[in-house]
Amino acid sequence: MPTKKATTMPQEKPILRVENISKTLGGKEILKSVSLSLKKGELKVLIGPSGAGKSTLLQCINFLLPPDSGRIWLDGVEIQNRRKRDLYAFRQQVGMIFQDFNLFDHLNALDNVSIALRKVKKMRRPEARDRAMAELEQVGLGDKIDLYPAELSGGQKQRVSIARALAMDPKIMLLDEPTSALDPELIGEVLSVIRDLAHGGMTMILATHQIAFTRSLAQEVIFLENGIILEQGTPAELLSPDACTRSKDFCSRLDDLYEEKG
Amino acid sequence: MFDTLSAILEALPYLLEGALVTIGIVIGAMGIGLIIGIHMAVGQVYGNRVVRWAVGIYVWFFRGVPVLVLLFLFYFGLFALIGLNLSAFAASTLVLGMTTAAYQSQIFRGAILSLPRGQFQAARALGMSDFKAIISIILPQALRFSIPGWSNEYSIILKDSALAFVLGTSEIMARSHFVASRTYHHLPLYITAGCLYFILTWLGVRALLKLEEKVRIPGYAH
Repeated sequence: MPTKKATTMPQEKPILRVENISKTLGGKEILKSVSLSLKKGELKVLIGPSGAGKSTLLQCINFLLPPDSGRIWLDGVEIQNRRKRDLYAFRQQVGMIFQDFNLFDHLNALDNVSIALRKVKKMRRPEARDRAMAELEQVGLGDKIDLYPAELSGGQKQRVSIARALAMDPKIMLLDEPTSALDPELIGEVLSVIRDLAHGGMTMILATHQIAFTRSLAQEVIFLENGIILEQGTPAELLSPDACTRSKDFCSRLDDLYEEKG
Repeated sequence: MFDTLSAILEALPYLLEGALVTIGIVIGAMGIGLIIGIHMAVGQVYGNRVVRWAVGIYVWFFRGVPVLVLLFLFYFGLFALIGLNLSAFAASTLVLGMTTAAYQSQIFRGAILSLPRGQFQAARALGMSDFKAIISIILPQALRFSIPGWSNEYSIILKDSALAFVLGTSEIMARSHFVASRTYHHLPLYITAGCLYFILTWLGVRALLKLEEKVRIPGYAH
């Protein structure tokens, strides 16, 4: 409804705007002119079958994979990814969480969180340490700061990686299937950290297969398939039992799958 | 028997001085190789086409030509050609250093490529430049994993250093040869020389093993 947009302009101004992102990898068109936008404090969930382009989309948003075409704005400023300085400054404001954690193996939990504070934000060692400590306590790992990634469980590793991203004071977070590599009993601890973030007003795009979590927290569900956004709407619109949507079909198939496993 | 023993004892201080020269060559060469090798490895993994091509040529050249030929080529040929007047010691160290750089670069390259790619991505996602990510995230790990290969390279260069003899560097081999040809105690002197090389190899490899344990990442099974 365009009229609504016009009247409530100040609040409606998106913090992140992504327009017509396309990406071809290895001769295959992974993303076909995808657009989306996020308002401050919003949580949008990306769902879709594997190979749909969810990961590629998230990696294009912070230019880990430079998009072939398309434009991206953060806080109204368009990102010029060719200017290295601007790109690095932009990435500091965009927290990224990976499926397989990608902690730095040679650093303990504390240094994993503090290294970017020191090397990128040029904080002094004691200040970086204090900040890292606070972030690790926030995700419930205050007693694990001296442990190395190889000494942590999957859930703990993912919580360290969330602390590492939060320490940079990001304006938005991109979470790429943060629980997909976890044993079922460890998923809860990570989801609860993400839930806290959502309640705390963090702006996030989350790619996930956790449908129940999506239903309870997402403002909007984006269903991606074959590199295009097929459906987009509130969880109630797309996922309610009587909705006739691809999203719902996909999710109920996922539910069946998990029930079979359980 | 007594004769042999006294020949060795008499020559020993002279040979041990030679051992210091050998150690100097090896430390110098390994140091040069370390510095050039790291740069070439990083260039070969992260560099553009020109850099990768240049490193490739360098590696093929130094791996493809015998060390003895390289020593003569540089000492009597190329160094003179560019007006570089080096002592035999400096020339041997430099040529062995450039040679081991080629091999060391491949040790480091292998170690860099063995790291999970995601850590580099994570570093970039935090706003690090490629350079910072390589310095703070990639190299600290890659160098740790390179120690076993590096220790092997040390033992090879230590023994290759005996070739410095042909340029007139007075290291272990040159001194053993000098004394042996004068006293005709060939067998005992070359046995002594062999033992000195063996001991230096053993000490170095052991020290590197200690280093490897010291910098091992807790809980990490590689």
